[in-house]
Amino acid sequence: MSDLLATHNITKRFGGLAAVSELNLRVREGELLGLIGPNGAGKTTVFNLLTGVYTPSEGFIEFCGRRLRSLRPYQAARLGIARTFQNIRLFGGLTALDNVRVAAHVRTRSGFWSSLLRTPHSIANDAKLTAKSRTLLSALNLDAVASVPAGDLPYGLQRRLEIARALATDAKLLLLDEPAAGMNPAEKQELMELIHAIRRDFSVTVLLIEHDMRVVMGICERIYVLDYGQVIAEGRPEEIRSDPRVIAAYLGEEAAPC
Amino acid sequence: MAVRWLVVRLASIVGVVAGLYLLSGLLAATIETYVLQVLVQCGIYAILAVSLNLINGITGQFSIGHAGFFAVGAYVGAAWTVLWQPAAVRAWPALAIGTPSGDTLNLLVACALGMAAAAGAGAAVGLPSLRLRGDYLAIVTLGFGEVIRVLLLNIDAVGGARGLTGIPTLASTGDLAVFWVVLFLVLVIALSRNLMNTVRGLTWLAVREDEVAADAMGVNTTRVKVSAFVLGSAFAGAAGVLYAHIMTGISPDVFGMDTSIIITTMVVLGGTGSVTGSTLAACLLVALPEGLRFMKEYRLVIFSTLLVLLMLTRPQGILGTREFGYATLFRRRARSREMPA
Amino acid sequence: MEWFVQQLIYGVQLGSLYALIALGYTMVYGVLRLINFAHGDVYMVGAFVGFYACTAWLPFQDLSAHPDAVGANIALSVVAMAIAMGVCAALGMVIERFAYRPLRNGLTRQDAHFWGFVAAIPAGLAFGHLGRGVALVVYALAGVTLGYLLRPAVAWLRRRTVLSTSRLNALITAIGVSLILQNGGLLVFGANPNFIPNIVPEQSVALTGGIHVGTGQLAILGVSIALMLALRHIVLYTWRGRAMRAISHDIEAAKLMGIDTDRVIAFTFALGGALAGAGGFMVAALTHVKITPLFGLLPGIKAFVAAVLGGAGNIPGAALGGVLMGVAEAFVSGSQQLSTYRDAIAFCVLIVILLVRPAGLLGQNVPEKV
Repeated sequence: MSDLLATHNITKRFGGLAAVSELNLRVREGELLGLIGPNGAGKTTVFNLLTGVYTPSEGFIEFCGRRLRSLRPYQAARLGIARTFQNIRLFGGLTALDNVRVAAHVRTRSGFWSSLLRTPHSIANDAKLTAKSRTLLSALNLDAVASVPAGDLPYGLQRRLEIARALATDAKLLLLDEPAAGMNPAEKQELMELIHAIRRDFSVTVLLIEHDMRVVMGICERIYVLDYGQVIAEGRPEEIRSDPRVIAAYLGEEAAPC
Repeated sequence: MAVRWLVVRLASIVGVVAGLYLLSGLLAATIETYVLQVLVQCGIYAILAVSLNLINGITGQFSIGHAGFFAVGAYVGAAWTVLWQPAAVRAWPALAIGTPSGDTLNLLVACALGMAAAAGAGAAVGLPSLRLRGDYLAIVTLGFGEVIRVLLLNIDAVGGARGLTGIPTLASTGDLAVFWVVLFLVLVIALSRNLMNTVRGLTWLAVREDEVAADAMGVNTTRVKVSAFVLGSAFAGAAGVLYAHIMTGISPDVFGMDTSIIITTMVVLGGTGSVTGSTLAACLLVALPEGLRFMKEYRLVIFSTLLVLLMLTRPQGILGTREFGYATLFRRRARSREMPA
Repeated sequence: MEWFVQQLIYGVQLGSLYALIALGYTMVYGVLRLINFAHGDVYMVGAFVGFYACTAWLPFQDLSAHPDAVGANIALSVVAMAIAMGVCAALGMVIERFAYRPLRNGLTRQDAHFWGFVAAIPAGLAFGHLGRGVALVVYALAGVTLGYLLRPAVAWLRRRTVLSTSRLNALITAIGVSLILQNGGLLVFGANPNFIPNIVPEQSVALTGGIHVGTGQLAILGVSIALMLALRHIVLYTWRGRAMRAISHDIEAAKLMGIDTDRVIAFTFALGGALAGAGGFMVAALTHVKITPLFGLLPGIKAFVAAVLGGAGNIPGAALGGVLMGVAEAFVSGSQQLSTYRDAIAFCVLIVILLVRPAGLLGQNVPEKV
């Protein structure tokens, strides 16, 4: 498996505070990678750096072998990096289908003028896009709510819709920011199966931020542990689970086994 | 396939233009001049409202300086006809005023120039304002509108404070005024509706809903926001050119803050995001004060009280985000994006 | 150099008036995130109340005939200003209660009665020719009746209206109120400009280097500073002030902490109104400008620009912004070449500041957390 994405000594400073410092992450193609750490460790900052919301203060990101320079978020999406948000950010007033169609537009964009003039090319494009979006919605069991405004959907469906929307960009790398937040155990189980299915059916690499250890240990093949903006451990779930540094970071020094 | 589409398109355009021409002739013959004038004013403000709706309603950018673009279009269009055309006609005799073809050509040139200038102004306002949100954006756009007005006040070549008078009406006298105004109105409505029926239009709405998320989903939000400004201001400029030639005189105080505010009110009243709503509200807000003329000095107080009452009782505007189109006419389920604003 | 200092003095005086108005804007923006377009017209009402107080209601004496009445006149002008401030505070609260609060909370029974009295105005006017007493009685009866008649309508509306949190709606409502005040003012006060004659002695005090400052200007400055210090005390050291600040940070959390946000918001409008009323009174009484029902519009806009310049929602910022705007305007209107650009200078300053530092001079930029 080759490296899909690698960060090279990435640092991000806000004022005097370094949210992440000299971070070296490697994401291998096709893997299910977890990113964990106590609150404030810099996990969402990493996502923001990978998607162009923040520009690194130092270091650079390499994606598909190419070095990324001053990335804007929409460029990240076009390159194939898609994400969901910690606090759900759906287009509340648009229907579920429309949410997905907006994201699908990245791949099959018709020109501005041809859209404005409704050329047959743009109409055909839009039809293709709509069909693709509908397929995606049924793949994630959302076709029943396709015409419901996203803001009216129950929480669990909203989370699923956000994932569907991210997938619609034909992403190579999917960043999921706390997808299990606010879910009950049954829903979390469903989510875990969903993520497995997505990885398989859409050939996408998944990088996951999560706090629920059962979810992380349950599906991630490899885990990075962050604390105070630096990687303190990396490895398979079994290794991480018993790593004293990880335990210390979460529970404090005294709880670490000597 | 493409050829067939092109032929159909051209045919329908010719059909629409011819139909409007006949309609305007009919109206001019049957309706009294005063009503016709009110209709023309309704049309001009409808163009302004629908063009502002592209910026406010569809991309959600809080812009309340639209009269500035109106002014740029009016002044540039008038400048062509009054200042530059006499020089240009020496190079191209076809541009002579007085013949129907010459008049029409001149009006079209004036419109093209006015729209281009207004579009440029729109880009000039939209680009720096990208970082601003909500109320700050509103104030900056209001400021730009005022700055444009004061600049025009100080340019003596176009009359300064007294304004420019004696603008030839070119091809826009009487019934033709209705024709041109309705033509541009149909054009801006058609473009807006076309845009809204495409997925690209959806991406514009997505920018309104949540800009950060739209960005993350691959929408070039900068391009969308500036495009909205450019398109909206271009049509405001067109309205300006028509206004200048129909009224034959313009001055900076026509294009002040209160005009901007009236246009914004029209958009909100009709339902921010609804194209037909903006048109309806524009006609209402132009016609109602005229209709209330019999109330003389109480007119404006009643008008503004009604405005407040409407905002209190129906904040989403007359049509909310719904459109009134062919589908509703034929009682089919229109795709509605109802939302509590 | 002389000219420079002279303009500076004028600018600071002008600026302190802008500051008084700007404070009202910034406080309302802080608690409600609303641009209260009607605020400039509250200022106008303050000027008119001052006008009537000084020329009709209070026994001011003509100083040229009775030079020893200076003390009495000064005392009366304090009373007049208090009246103007009181009326404007009440006006601010009325506007908030009946034009802005229903946007947050929906229409209530009291709104039905309020609009009943509004709708009864034509009835009262129609009977005006029968004498004031009769008209008043008719008005009262009509008002009460219409109020009760409107109750079911309001109840029906309350069920159907979708409360909109859109700031654009609140803005349009504010514009509507502003138009009502302006046009209503035209009906009530007439379009003819009025002005207040000299009620307090106004002499030019000569400072060094041929610079003059008027006692009127000094009075404006002094009173403004006193009012702003009083406001500062209220905002920093009273529980209502603290509640205002809490609301401006997070209104939902404030409600959860037991703050009656509606009452505190009403208090905010009262404060802003009072300051605007003071400003209006002083500008009319001490600078003798011609006051018309439309004269609050431009100062209102400039004051709002000042508030944003200083940082919307930031109280010291509004004061600073006001002074800066006043000074900038003084220099522009004083210089020969630029005077016609006077009104645009406000906006130019604003645009530059907002593009460079959107949070305003003293505001804090709270970046959106993604």
